[in-house]
Amino acid sequence: MEPLDIANKIREKFPLDVADITGFRDQVFVSVKAERITDMCRYLYEDPDVSMNFLADLCGVDYPDRKFRFEVIYNLYSIKHNHRIILKALIPEDNPTVDSVVPIWNGANWHEREACDMYGIIFNGHPDLRRILMPDDWEGFPLRKDYPLKGKEGAEYRGFEELKELHTHDKEWNIS
Amino acid sequence: MKNNSEGLDNSESVRLATKELTLQLGPQHPATHGVLRIVLDLDGETIVKCTPYVGYLHRGVEKLAEHRNYLQIMPLTDRLDYISSMSNNIGYCEAVEKLFGIELTERTKFIRTIVGEMSRIANHLLWLATHALDIGAMTIFLYCFREREKILDLFERLCGARLTVSYPRVGGLKNDVDPQWLDDLYKFTAEFPMRVDQYETLINKNRIWLRRTKGIGVISAEEAINWGLSGPALRGSGVPYDIRKVMPYGAYDKVKWEVPVGKNGDIYDRYRVRMDEFRQSNSIIRQCIEILPEGPIMADAPKFILPAKDKVLTDMEHLIHHFVLITKGPQTAPEGEIYVATEVPKGELGFYFVSDGTGKPYRMRVRSPSFVHVSALPKLCEGELIADIIANIGSIDIVLGECDR
Repeated sequence: MEPLDIANKIREKFPLDVADITGFRDQVFVSVKAERITDMCRYLYEDPDVSMNFLADLCGVDYPDRKFRFEVIYNLYSIKHNHRIILKALIPEDNPTVDSVVPIWNGANWHEREACDMYGIIFNGHPDLRRILMPDDWEGFPLRKDYPLKGKEGAEYRGFEELKELHTHDKEWNIS
Repeated sequence: MKNNSEGLDNSESVRLATKELTLQLGPQHPATHGVLRIVLDLDGETIVKCTPYVGYLHRGVEKLAEHRNYLQIMPLTDRLDYISSMSNNIGYCEAVEKLFGIELTERTKFIRTIVGEMSRIANHLLWLATHALDIGAMTIFLYCFREREKILDLFERLCGARLTVSYPRVGGLKNDVDPQWLDDLYKFTAEFPMRVDQYETLINKNRIWLRRTKGIGVISAEEAINWGLSGPALRGSGVPYDIRKVMPYGAYDKVKWEVPVGKNGDIYDRYRVRMDEFRQSNSIIRQCIEILPEGPIMADAPKFILPAKDKVLTDMEHLIHHFVLITKGPQTAPEGEIYVATEVPKGELGFYFVSDGTGKPYRMRVRSPSFVHVSALPKLCEGELIADIIANIGSIDIVLGECDR
């Protein structure tokens, strides 16, 4: 199927949830409301003509000036039919939550954890939502646009809390 | 190794019951191929739960890229998968070229295919060497390094660097290849299939190797797709998904080659797939050298591409052009979003760009195969024996630089 046909199919099935359909080069992007994203993904996964069985990628994007600040990009590909469509779930800043698609694609697990780590987007129903690339006790969300590229001069990372506990005996063991 | 518990009768099993043990593997462990930390919950020797922890090599490549122009990001991509940096460079260039709408010259497409496949051979050689070493086959290690050294030497002669090559450029290549270099590469490809046969005689019928790999770490085709595996890890389960075939770039649609696939989805089949890829890559290189077309190597897109060096040294306008591009970078880019995937040795490497029309990417996302493969590690080794986790880590071929980005 051509990507545009798939996009129109989504619009037919979910007329109230599709906000916009755009194209660039030969790829088609469908902006959708975040509420029914799992229904939409399950439909694309199960429909035999579309059969999006491969979640190529899932990531977040931050647009601080827009009404919906975050977007979660679902890059869906069908190994059976060799076609691709990219869904963009629009997520507001005051309630950055979206349902998890891990029940559909297991591969979404770590991608969602990373989006949570980098943007602070909460994925409802995720089996194990923790920070993944940054340390557990990190503050802030590094890939947000208002997060600075470089930290303050002279500031040091205060270290893992669990490591600090390990170092409580340093003095008595004469380790500096 | 199969858990050989059938021989024990019930009363003896009860007596041998052990309490659960938590074992910490890594992050500094040679068999984890980098800085991967795994916490294992063990019941005797059986893995009950496996939890990988990553992020020790996180350098914020995606954040850095938002503050650099499109030409400056190239060296960052070298350091993603430092084993096969050439493939990463090509993947990045293909993505940016598609965003900019640059059409490559024929010669560039062929040379990129050649160096891309060389990088695949070098990567698989390192994979075979370390994977075999991990599970006890020590002899093959230095044989693989001998051939890998030859490829790295060729890289050095080509562009001056052995590992972090940064040889491709957006719209072309750093420099053209010279005939002597092509001759030497052709000589290498003539003897390389014989070397692959040698490796196979060392381990193909080795009983220990077979016991350690056959029927271990099995993942079915549907599960492999569902977990997002790609590259040899997916093809080992019998899915003929290769981006070079289904979405050809470079010169892959102009040469004859096949996609090797496995059947059982175990470690042994993933090994077989990579061994066959040696021969396919070798054949692709040979065909490309034979029909390498003449012509320029840089595409015609002066807004994004540096002028030729000899013109810069003699001509004022070209010097100004060069100066502006180097100091300021491209000033504009087409507005839009694009995802371009390429087949790197480890799997599907995708670059997703959001461009807002300025010379810097608004968002660069790297979809790295290693990240996805590590996430599937618990699926592969839960319920198996502790010794198999090392074989499993080797068989999915991960590099943590790419995983943590």
